Amino acid sequence: MSYSPKIGVWLCECGGNIGDVVDTQKVMDEIKNQVQFVKRERYLCSKPSIDTIKEIIKNEKLERIVLACCTPKMHRETFLKNVIEEGINPAFLEIVNVREQCSWVHKKDPEGATLKSLDLIKGAISRIKESKELHTKQMHVTQEVLVIGGGVAGITTSLRLSEYGLKVHLIEKSPSIGGHMIQYPKVFPTLDCSQCILTPKMASIAQSSNINLKTYSEVKEVTGSPGNFNVKIWVKPRGVDVEKCIGCGECSRVCPVEAPSEYDERIGKRKAAYIPFPQSVPSVYTIDFDNCVRCGLCAANCPREAIDLNDEGKIEELNVGAIVLATGFELFDLTNLVNYGYGRYPNVITSLEMERILDVNGPTGSQLIVPKTGRQVKSVVYVLCAGSRDTEVGQPYCSRVCCLYSMKQAQLLRDRGVDVWINYIDIRSPGRRYEEFYRLTQEKGVNFVKGKVTEIEPNGEQVLVRSEEMMLNKMMENVVDLVVLSPPIISSEDTAKLSEMLKVPIDEDKFVLEKHPKLDPVATKRDGVFAAGAVIGPKDIQSTTAEAEGAAMKVVNFLGMARIIEANKAYLARNELCDGCGKCKKICPESAITIVEDKPVFNEITCSGCGACIPECPQNALDQEGLTDIQIQTQIKGILNDTKAPLKIIAFVEKEVVYTAIDLAGLARLSYASSIRIIPMPSLARIKLEHILYAFSYGADGVMMLEAPIHEGPYGNAHKISEERAEEYKWALEDYEIDSSRLWYSRVYVPDWRKLERIFNTFHEMVESEDPIEGNQRGKILKNLLKIKD
Amino acid sequence: MSSENSGQILKINAENKEFKEKIQDLSGEKIDLCFQCGACSSGCPMVQEMDYLPSKIIRMSQLGLKEVLSSKTIWVCTTCFNCEVRCPRGIDIANVMEAIRQVVLRQKFDKVNIDMLTPEELRELPQIAIVSNLRKLTA
Repeated sequence: MSYSPKIGVWLCECGGNIGDVVDTQKVMDEIKNQVQFVKRERYLCSKPSIDTIKEIIKNEKLERIVLACCTPKMHRETFLKNVIEEGINPAFLEIVNVREQCSWVHKKDPEGATLKSLDLIKGAISRIKESKELHTKQMHVTQEVLVIGGGVAGITTSLRLSEYGLKVHLIEKSPSIGGHMIQYPKVFPTLDCSQCILTPKMASIAQSSNINLKTYSEVKEVTGSPGNFNVKIWVKPRGVDVEKCIGCGECSRVCPVEAPSEYDERIGKRKAAYIPFPQSVPSVYTIDFDNCVRCGLCAANCPREAIDLNDEGKIEELNVGAIVLATGFELFDLTNLVNYGYGRYPNVITSLEMERILDVNGPTGSQLIVPKTGRQVKSVVYVLCAGSRDTEVGQPYCSRVCCLYSMKQAQLLRDRGVDVWINYIDIRSPGRRYEEFYRLTQEKGVNFVKGKVTEIEPNGEQVLVRSEEMMLNKMMENVVDLVVLSPPIISSEDTAKLSEMLKVPIDEDKFVLEKHPKLDPVATKRDGVFAAGAVIGPKDIQSTTAEAEGAAMKVVNFLGMARIIEANKAYLARNELCDGCGKCKKICPESAITIVEDKPVFNEITCSGCGACIPECPQNALDQEGLTDIQIQTQIKGILNDTKAPLKIIAFVEKEVVYTAIDLAGLARLSYASSIRIIPMPSLARIKLEHILYAFSYGADGVMMLEAPIHEGPYGNAHKISEERAEEYKWALEDYEIDSSRLWYSRVYVPDWRKLERIFNTFHEMVESEDPIEGNQRGKILKNLLKIKD
Repeated sequence: MSSENSGQILKINAENKEFKEKIQDLSGEKIDLCFQCGACSSGCPMVQEMDYLPSKIIRMSQLGLKEVLSSKTIWVCTTCFNCEVRCPRGIDIANVMEAIRQVVLRQKFDKVNIDMLTPEELRELPQIAIVSNLRKLTA
């Protein structure tokens, strides 16, 4: 390096917190020849000290700043803000943690603490010399959103986004929005009329100028990348011009064909020219070409000439920044469960069919009858878990809402004097006002029987239901007019197709996988794609709406945030070395890499900066902004060169979870060996074999890799990759005649901070007990490394 | 629980419903509210002397099973009200026990003739049995 920047170093004594243990004068004496300026402060974070820093930067024309003080998690942002004001680029500020990592944990070893502080500062100085300016970037993000699915989740998200001012494209596969919710006459636990509360929202969708509603349409293809997706929409042949149709219904009146009504769960009928239900949005008719006989009566009678029986559908293209999946659920096919006789016995129906029967405008005209026989219903058995919580023939999970909707239906039936029995395994009614709802159901005289129904058989015009009465240890036979089954709520097949198109992983149960099941529940594993409602698992309307509101906020956040791209991305540093093998693309946990013309292209929004791709490159062609190989190497060299410490251990630690645990160990004043010298990393998948070899060649006696747990670390799978790599590195060390036990790998949870004392001391003692690594052996490694470089 | 009856199949009909309503009317308790948590039984000081646990008496009453009438439990109950205090659903189980006893008593069937009892037997007999014996005429 010919150019040598002007570096200033400040040491904080933190009252006595640092100064009482670390000999700051000695540290200053040792480094004053290496930099332009050194100063000691009693409290570096105090306003006068910060003002002094700013003044000295100006007067001394300092270019790069090293602050040795407390953990960067404490005051880094404050220091950064102030040095930026003096024109220092964020890349040119290094914080050295000499409180949590030195004085607090090496109280009993002040000499070791002093040597360690000195080494860490030296490491920072040599690293900062290699730093390059970093600039955040701005990227164009389409300020439009695609919402897939027009049920209560999609409706809520779309309305919220349109209120915010974003352009929304709402895609629904059936002729009207409304989803399953519009099929329910009443909803628990308030027993309000769901059509009364949903219809106004549906009307708002139709009226919002920000919402482009596409019903009877499906997503065909999704390309592009987060922030800039290209979507092809297949508008199915509807036979009716959506713009011209005024919803007068002339076509339906003259249509001679009848078909089962999907809205009425195929109990009732509709015409082939139809509107699913009177409040449909849009209020536009549809020709069902599967059943249409093409008689032409509808077209002849349409006053607006809106009907085109030769409609072939069309493809429309959209460009959106973000996507919300709100495709909801389907019901498990109960004909698979032969013992219940669904499909064979007319008086065995699904709960969704019962919803329609209970509707005043339902297919039975609000009469309580068995739809297929017309027989009056005076007694009903509800079969809960008709396939749910069953790993053998049904679904392993609890469908979550069956207890409550069955109780709701039971109450409605009790109000009409019907005898109701609910057979359950467990009654699950957690949730606000839900236990109260259970009590109310009991108060209304609904009979609860603990015992899962397994046999249903015809009994004259009735059915006989067999179950155990588990409370009394007896078998029970109940003869009733109607059986209502609660089938498992399952993810739809369309969701599986969409998830493939969107590159969004689904779980074993086929529901969309959340980015984090607790802390990021409405984001998917792919950036820019969010999800809400039953597409992430069975749930009630209340939770669905809450998720829908959350997903809207996530979209707003994403479209706003994505414009600023942090300067921590992987990039192709040595273009000429890359042979386009694609290994980086394969390993990337975020799918941020595409290979274009035999070279990797990094999506800067998606790249999380985990660093996993860099060691993967067999050609050594990749690098990372703000954390280049040369920065890591010089930091290791700076820490280890000319140190007087008897034993040196380099500990690479994950910078969020593990670093926090180490800070906590400091806060608790645990005491571990001062040989441990910590270098933070985004994930340990960033560590190359050469970094470990450099450490040994420059004088390390041991190297530690302390990784975050896979589910708790910020970079997910990257934290997994490092484990496999560490195994390989151990083997590789043996080639250099270094015992593999000198490389330590383990995972640390934040609450594990107490264990750190033991981990550090155990490793220290282990390394201490080994014969020292000879100087010529270290030289050999270094020579080898330099040869590789050439 | 009496396991010898487990082979018997429960069939619930109009008679059961009628009997259940009778117990509800006599006791004034909403026995439908019971969700079989078992708190009444676990707090009862007399369970060792009972053939059916108090919680099972309630369950049988919910189903309108007339076996409760011949149970020992209803006579062993001391009406100490511990069950009532502990019930999370606010059912006064002792009231239900009393209602069932009343159904039996209203049959006016003499099981014991006090006049025929020896002074020793009178000393041994639980008080409630003696009181009930007199009450059958007034119940």
